[in-house]
Amino acid sequence: MDLVLTEDQEFIQKTAADFVLERSPVSRVRELRDRGDATGFSRELWKEMADLGWAGIPYAEDVGGAGMGFAELVLVLEELGRSLAPEPFLSTVLLAGQALALSPNEALAKEWLPRICNGEAIGTLAYQEARSRYDLGAIETTAAADGDGFTLTGEKVQVLDGHVADALIVSALRDGAVALFLVPADAPGLTVTRQSRVDSRNAAIVVLDGVRVGPEAVVGDAALLAASVDRATVGLCAEMLGGMQQAFDLALDYLKTREQFGVRIGTFQTLKHRAADVFIEIELCKSAVMAAARAIDAGSDDLAKLVSVAKAKCADAYVLATNEGVQFFGGVGMTDEYDIGLYMKRARAAEFTFGDAAFHRDRWATLAGY
Amino acid sequence: MSDLAQITDLDAFGTEVRGWLDENCPASLRGGGNALTGVNGGRKWKPENPDERVWLERGAAKGITAPMWPIAYGGGGLSPQQNKVLLQTMRELRVPAPLVGFGLTMIGPTLLQYGTEAQKQEHLPPIIRGEIRWCQGYSEPGAGSDLAGLQCRAVEDGDEYVINGSKIWTSNADEADWIFCLVRTDPLAKKQEGITFLLIDMDQPGVTVRPIPLISGASPFCETFFDDARAHKRNVIHKVNAGWTVAKALLGHERTMIADAFGVGGGGTRASLADRARRYLPADADGRISDGAMRDEIARAEIDSRAFALTVQRSKDAAKAGHQPGPESSMFKVYGTELNMKRHELMVRIAGPQALSWEGPGFADDELDLTRAWLRSRGNSIEGGTSEVQRNVIAKRVLGLPD
Repeated sequence: MDLVLTEDQEFIQKTAADFVLERSPVSRVRELRDRGDATGFSRELWKEMADLGWAGIPYAEDVGGAGMGFAELVLVLEELGRSLAPEPFLSTVLLAGQALALSPNEALAKEWLPRICNGEAIGTLAYQEARSRYDLGAIETTAAADGDGFTLTGEKVQVLDGHVADALIVSALRDGAVALFLVPADAPGLTVTRQSRVDSRNAAIVVLDGVRVGPEAVVGDAALLAASVDRATVGLCAEMLGGMQQAFDLALDYLKTREQFGVRIGTFQTLKHRAADVFIEIELCKSAVMAAARAIDAGSDDLAKLVSVAKAKCADAYVLATNEGVQFFGGVGMTDEYDIGLYMKRARAAEFTFGDAAFHRDRWATLAGY
Repeated sequence: MSDLAQITDLDAFGTEVRGWLDENCPASLRGGGNALTGVNGGRKWKPENPDERVWLERGAAKGITAPMWPIAYGGGGLSPQQNKVLLQTMRELRVPAPLVGFGLTMIGPTLLQYGTEAQKQEHLPPIIRGEIRWCQGYSEPGAGSDLAGLQCRAVEDGDEYVINGSKIWTSNADEADWIFCLVRTDPLAKKQEGITFLLIDMDQPGVTVRPIPLISGASPFCETFFDDARAHKRNVIHKVNAGWTVAKALLGHERTMIADAFGVGGGGTRASLADRARRYLPADADGRISDGAMRDEIARAEIDSRAFALTVQRSKDAAKAGHQPGPESSMFKVYGTELNMKRHELMVRIAGPQALSWEGPGFADDELDLTRAWLRSRGNSIEGGTSEVQRNVIAKRVLGLPD
């Protein structure tokens, strides 16, 4: 497992970087937020990304995917993360798509994956509840047996892209054990209310009031949920890696241009040293994300640990880079006008998604037997 | 003389090398030896195990003490690919290098790069045969991080230089035969431009050595004093007053050496942090450490260690693929050493009062080792370029921040 890019991978990375530079500057995030856009992203851009094959990168060619893997997908996600692009990658490609791809329910996968790959359908995983924090099993939503199907009752929060999802894969307790059920957006008894998050990531509250689904809607069990979330975590880490690099680039540029006391503030040694420390942490994250992505593609036994390394390091590094970034910018770093604040908000939100650093250190220790 | 270099087919080379190593490396030496404990040779060397001398002589004759140096001086003349096979075979057979030391890693490569033919002929063969041991004379009491501020003076006297001053932190100077030294030959020039790289024979009345005990006990470090010591002008390397150029080339080698030793899983101790924690702290029936804060710190240390190891691997993979060394390589010394220090901090905090050992009853042998190892580890962020200097270098050369 070489931690180096092939020529093909370098090409994918360059294409993604060029696309983002040209079509998805970070200013979009502020514009969408300020005009209270109902969708929260651009359906046209999402279609373009799908046409480039990005939504299908990790999926098999027979469902319309590119037959590649996470090693390639993280390259695209990193570039998207650089500009905080709001298109529904995390929800659709990483959460819903992965759950379907890993699911034993082939019919469901055949129905939805092609539409995910071509950008037609948006999906998401509704797994989080108000008190579940990072424990995927600490939920109260129930799936009561109802004839040969199930009736789902409960409330999910911060469902990514929940307000635009065509398919919501919901976790519920079936006979006391976690199971996943695919609920179409138009199911009776389903109420979706958009939430407003500090980082402008699109999310919604989803209330299930006796939503009935048939037996064919079962996607999988607790193990499937955990595996899907681990893969989504690696995708999120790739976005975080892009974001922390962009935040750092912005801050470095400021250190090299801003003058006070007749000199550029980058000459001050304390700022040099703090910048060097951010640089080092980012380099460690690069390695961790590369390794975790390759571990997914290789089906490695070491995957869970590598996911925890990636998330623990990326969480701390993104927060460090952006906290320091705001500080380096001084007063203007605190303004809404400057972009560094957007990254700082996203760093925090990403930190608290799929388990924070402390959660992953705890998980590492458990996996390591202590 | 070595015939190995001529075997260009790598499989045939590997077979030949394996056979020769198996036959010639004495059994008593198998399974041991690394850069910190290997044979340094030299005039003062008195091996406890006579097999060490046998192995050195055989290795030198075969050309494998300096495998990639030119055959003309006693090297093996091997290509990098052949050398890789040789090293791998030695690892597999648990055969130690016949010789280690600054002669091979520092002054030898410098002579190959900057030396005249006469200098190479004079100094390289004795290095290769392990007859002469070298030490490094750079730092002075008044010139540590600011190495270019060195003051040890060399004044021309006919065909020789007369040297007065002192050097500090000279590792193993009390066991070395020659010293490669940075001396000031022009006190009026800009400080980097008045330095000469000079080779000095330590076996003369004007050179005295005093070992330096550290807070961790005995150490290989010494102070070296020059009182009207003498060196022939033919032992100037490169050009008079151009020694700084040579010194910088060497410093790069030194920093990599230290990072390799203290970086990936280095620092030697076998028991995991978790095992140590369970020895001194409460754990439940499943072996879970009860102290949540300590458990979290151990996990953090291990996660950081893994991320660092992956970064070292990434750098090596990039080099293998033919890429130039990336900016991440600047971080290895500072991060690797600080990881090692944090690990030792954790180990002593875990052992608590049992880490307060020095000697005698009430302390286990590994607790005595731990205390010294922790104390010694505090120097890692200072030697080979302080962490502060390393961060300055990263800021300037990698990040492009202004002076």
